[in-house]
Amino acid sequence: MKPFGNLTAIAASLPEAQIDTDVIFPARFLLLPDKVGLGSKLFHDRRAQGGFVLDTAPWDKAEILVTGPDFGTGSSRENAVWALADFGIRCVIGPSFGEIFQANCFRNGILPIILNGDLLARAQAEAEAARAFTVDLPAQRIRLVDNTEANFEVEPHRKHALIEGLDEIGLILKEDLHEIEAFEERHRRENPWLFLNDRQLAHFDDIEEDA
Amino acid sequence: MDQKAFQHRVPGVRTLYDKVWDSHVVKSYGDGTDLIYIDRHLVHEISSPQSFSGLEMEERPLRRPRAHLAVADHAVPTLARAAPLPLGLARSQVNRLISNTRKHGVRYIPMNDRRHGIVHVIGPELGFTLPGSTLVCGDSHTSTHGAFGALALGIGASEVECVFTTQTLRLRRQKRMLVTVNGALKNGVTVKDVILALIAKIGVGGGAGFAIEFAGPAIAAMPMDNRMTLCNMTIEAGSRVGMIAPDEVTLDWVFGRPLAPQKADEAAARAAWRSLTTDPGAAFDHEVVLDASSIAPQVSWGTTPAETLPVTGTIPDPAMIADPVKRARMKNSLDYMGLKPGTRLSDVQIDRVFIGSCTNGRLADLRGAAKILAGRRVAPGVSAIVVPGSAQVRQAAEAEGLDRIFLDAGFEWRASGCSMCVAMNDDRLEPGERCASTSNRNFEGRQGLGGRTHLMSPEMAAAAALTGRLTDVRELM
Repeated sequence: MKPFGNLTAIAASLPEAQIDTDVIFPARFLLLPDKVGLGSKLFHDRRAQGGFVLDTAPWDKAEILVTGPDFGTGSSRENAVWALADFGIRCVIGPSFGEIFQANCFRNGILPIILNGDLLARAQAEAEAARAFTVDLPAQRIRLVDNTEANFEVEPHRKHALIEGLDEIGLILKEDLHEIEAFEERHRRENPWLFLNDRQLAHFDDIEEDA
Repeated sequence: MDQKAFQHRVPGVRTLYDKVWDSHVVKSYGDGTDLIYIDRHLVHEISSPQSFSGLEMEERPLRRPRAHLAVADHAVPTLARAAPLPLGLARSQVNRLISNTRKHGVRYIPMNDRRHGIVHVIGPELGFTLPGSTLVCGDSHTSTHGAFGALALGIGASEVECVFTTQTLRLRRQKRMLVTVNGALKNGVTVKDVILALIAKIGVGGGAGFAIEFAGPAIAAMPMDNRMTLCNMTIEAGSRVGMIAPDEVTLDWVFGRPLAPQKADEAAARAAWRSLTTDPGAAFDHEVVLDASSIAPQVSWGTTPAETLPVTGTIPDPAMIADPVKRARMKNSLDYMGLKPGTRLSDVQIDRVFIGSCTNGRLADLRGAAKILAGRRVAPGVSAIVVPGSAQVRQAAEAEGLDRIFLDAGFEWRASGCSMCVAMNDDRLEPGERCASTSNRNFEGRQGLGGRTHLMSPEMAAAAALTGRLTDVRELM
């Protein structure tokens, strides 16, 4: 994962409420097999109507999105985040996000920031005026062009992983594997029915492959 | 916020959610996150290819093949199933799942197998879904399995890869919300109306950050099919987790299924599952109380599941909304849906009907719709399909003669899959078409580019099929 340091960029404003992941990345494109190149499908059906902010200079170079409430609700499709990342978005700022979307962002180098009230309105105004602003992740602070600052919250381990560009799976394998093995052994002893055995799996023995 | 959540952790007094969570903590990181062991994982063709690729790129083995069960449900056709899939992206996606599962030793259920179906229908049917287990799937409707008292959550593709490799996820414990449903449902009102009414009440973000537990007399009276519908749609209220404590209804349902605990383990499993209730006095961070008897049949009118009203209502007027963001949202929804403020919902004409999905594709759902349709005909000009959630549901329905009722009424009787809930196969709306649908999402384009979805119960969808407009099913009972 690409390390996330300080980001200074212009933001695009999408104040609409409840933009779901079907709008961000329509389901019919889920059949595309890879992660790269999905930026062309980002907000596909909205962009097809013309005049969409991300197709309008200078916001076609935006690296930040300022969103309305409940951005990214609905489907768990990580393709929505891959498409944002592929387009060049590094940070989304809004009052609330879909939970799975938010988790997916962190795993793809995108920083989701919760901002409310006046501070959100300020960020939105800066976005609409195409004035670049700075997202300082180490300091957990957004700095506007007039030096107004807004602090934001981020879970320490998420922050660390973003800054270092860490792969969480690799970390778990490196540091927690013994604990996983020990837990698994105890769990199997205490709840044997949670581990499928040969007799149960024999239920599938008569499966015939599709023609 | 998290501090408050910790205060509730009084030893010995715990919620159902906390009991299942606590029994799966591999390690606490000391920052409010825990490494949680994942017992079971359902895999489908859409959210898994990039996760399998990730494994291979990193040259990491899949840790425990027996913990996973795979099926292609999203992109498979519901017609002409015996024929090979036509060349194209859907076929390559299904083939990729077959080769990935074969390579990594994961059980795969083929499209024409008697055990085929939507992940959230076959998991419970097989007894793969168990009370007290942790279960994940790269699919937001995994909340369905919480109906059994499992801690079940939808995850993204990176998390799928993490489960393949480590059999764990690093997660933060959620706050807890209790939704109590008192009273009894009136005639013509179903669990779908309960969950739509709840979503309309708390909003699509109302459950975000919470694990929801459903309880109360109306829940206790529900069979498992209905409980699954309820938990299935908790994600539409923003919560990844919706749970119901296992009771005798749950236990009777589970034992005897192919992958359920075998005789030697039965007594121990039964005892363990009976202890999975929220202790008296356990604190919730938020509580919502619904009165089942005051809920009327619901219909969505907009493009989020929260944009829902009783069928007796009229389309709302954005001009009456003071908040500019909410006003703009409502106006966009009505523009997309082609609806005018003040129109009575029961005057809205429909073109298509879809009965099925992981929300309402189970036997109880088909029975409910068939009861309304028996001896009647679909209105002229309306095209209607039933897509059973699984091959087993289809077979059980046929054994009861439900297929005859649907066919005689003018419905098409299809093979199992996600179908027109997500429109990734050939089952989809044309631009501008309006559909009475038992699915879970009325998002823009969800049932096909430009398609317009009205969410409702199977009974309500059957009523709409008969009259050709949104209809209060109680008028036909």
